Parts: sequence; structure tokens; C-alpha cells
Amino acid sequence: MSLVSRHLEANGIPTVVFGTAKDIVEHCGVARYVFVDFPLGNSCGRSFDPAHQHQVLELGLQLLETAVAPRTTVQTPDVWSDDDTWKQLIFTDEQPFLSGEALENWLAAKQRYRGQKKAGTR
Amino acid sequence: MAFEVAIDRPGRWPVAGFRPLGGSWLTWAGKGDIMSEHVRYIDRTRDYYLSQGYEKPYQWAHHSDAPFTPLAKPLSQSRVAIVSTCDIAISGPGGQRDRSHEFSVGNVYSLPSDTPIELLYSRQEHYDQHATTLDDVNVYYPVERLQERVEQGRIGSLAPRFHGVYTGYSQRKTAEVDAPEVLRRLLEDDVDLAVMTPV
Repeated sequence: MSLVSRHLEANGIPTVVFGTAKDIVEHCGVARYVFVDFPLGNSCGRSFDPAHQHQVLELGLQLLETAVAPRTTVQTPDVWSDDDTWKQLIFTDEQPFLSGEALENWLAAKQRYRGQKKAGTR
Repeated sequence: MAFEVAIDRPGRWPVAGFRPLGGSWLTWAGKGDIMSEHVRYIDRTRDYYLSQGYEKPYQWAHHSDAPFTPLAKPLSQSRVAIVSTCDIAISGPGGQRDRSHEFSVGNVYSLPSDTPIELLYSRQEHYDQHATTLDDVNVYYPVERLQERVEQGRIGSLAPRFHGVYTGYSQRKTAEVDAPEVLRRLLEDDVDLAVMTPV
């Protein structure tokens, strides 16, 4: 996502990136970034809460209007829940990121990619 | 009191941080009276996959610079497109879901921006399945919110097509093949700015 954003910016199209993984986006480096400190899956706000989604979108629109330099990040002021338990077990043995069918699909996709790369079609 | 690495949670992630006397990191961070640290996904994925026997950590894209294009005209006169890696897809007649591209890697695809939202869904599995769902399309593909902004005059219009990029394993391909293809399609539609969303 960030790589595509960078290419667009380099070629004259302004962008705003919304996202929950602050370190990954900022590590890559984008022009404008709205950081939403929610779980992966909620990059544009709270589910079934149009008012909140509008607040998040509006932050992005204002960022487009006001940012004067790249790597400008704004953070939405909200927290996902009263405590941070959702953050604590991400990517642990107790709570692997992918499991079951999702894990199998990921491994299959990876295998397929390796095969394509070997065959020179990627 | 000192800076220390809390290792009192065997099998879990050591959390580096300031640990006040008389309370563990868990109780301190759990009070909700502070804005806590964001999740360090790069560290966590590296440590997790190392612990699972993968020897070579994933190298996340990194650049020392960042290109920047200022807005050329007011938002109220701008044409906007969504570009997303959320694997958005359209349900077939009768609501069946097309899984034929489920395993695609790389490639750019486009959808009409006026596709009824009831027909949209995400095929993405890389989200926090313990904390949330992908049931509300607008939280990773904010099409209805953008339509409402157009109605209010806050933004000029929506492009006829929105674009998806399948999550690729090859950063080089994303940067050198997929990104130029997205650019080409945006220019073809006279798009002024892009709203970029992952899942």
C-alpha cells in the first residue's frame, strides 16, 4: 500500500494513507498518513459507526489540505477499547495471527508464489 | 523504579517499558487512563516467525525519503479514487462469493465505484480475527462515506473506477509493475487524488 502511494506521489497524484500499522507505514515512508490505533481490519474507523468513520475520513481530507511536507502523520484521538488487551497477544503462541484455514491459505499462496518465481512467471 | 524489560510473562512477548513499582505492565497499561503505545508489528512479526523456525526475517520496505505532491485544486473540485489492498470483491448473483482469485498474488484490478455496497465484501484474511470482523466494508473501503462527502460538496466527485492491489510478496514487483499500473488507470480517469486503504 505504502509503496503504491509513494509511486503516485512521485508522479503527481496526492495521496492520503489510512492504516492501523503505524510502524510499517512510517518505516516505508509516505506523504500523508492517518494513524488509526485500532486492530488490523479497521483502518477507516469503528465498524457500523458512520459518524466515527466520517471523523476519520475528515482527518484525512484535512491532511490533504494542510500537509506541507511528506511523512506527515495525524492520529485519530480514539481508543479501540477501555483497556489494551487486544494489543497484548497479537502474534503470540496463544494468539497466532493466522490459524486454521487462513494459515493454510497463506502457506498455499506462498508456495504458489515460489513456484511462479521459480518458473519465471513472477 | 527503572526502565526494564518485563519478562514475567513466560511464553509471551517481553514488553520493554517503564514499569511502576507495585504494578505489572499489564495492570498499568490496562487502566485505560493513558494512551498506550501502538503495536510494533515489525518487531512482533520478526520475533514470531523466528520463533516458528523461519530463519530469515521479512524485510519491510524502507526508504529514507518520501515523495510529496501538494494538492493542485480544492477538494470540492477534486475527483477521488480509492486504492486498496483490502481484496475487495463483488458477490455474484444469488450472493455467491467468487473465490477464483483467492490465491492471486500481485496484479491490479478495478471495480465500478458505484457498485452497491451490499454486493461488496473482502477476501482478505490478514486482519485481527481475534478483535474484529470485516463485516462493515466501510471501515477498510470507505465508499459510502466518500459518496456522502460528494453529496455534501466536500469533495468534487468520485472516479468511475476504484482499484485494488493484491498483496504481493515481491516489493520490487509492487513498486515496479503494480504501482505504475495503478497510476496509469488513475490518469486515464483524470483522478486528482487517491485515498489509500489497507484492510
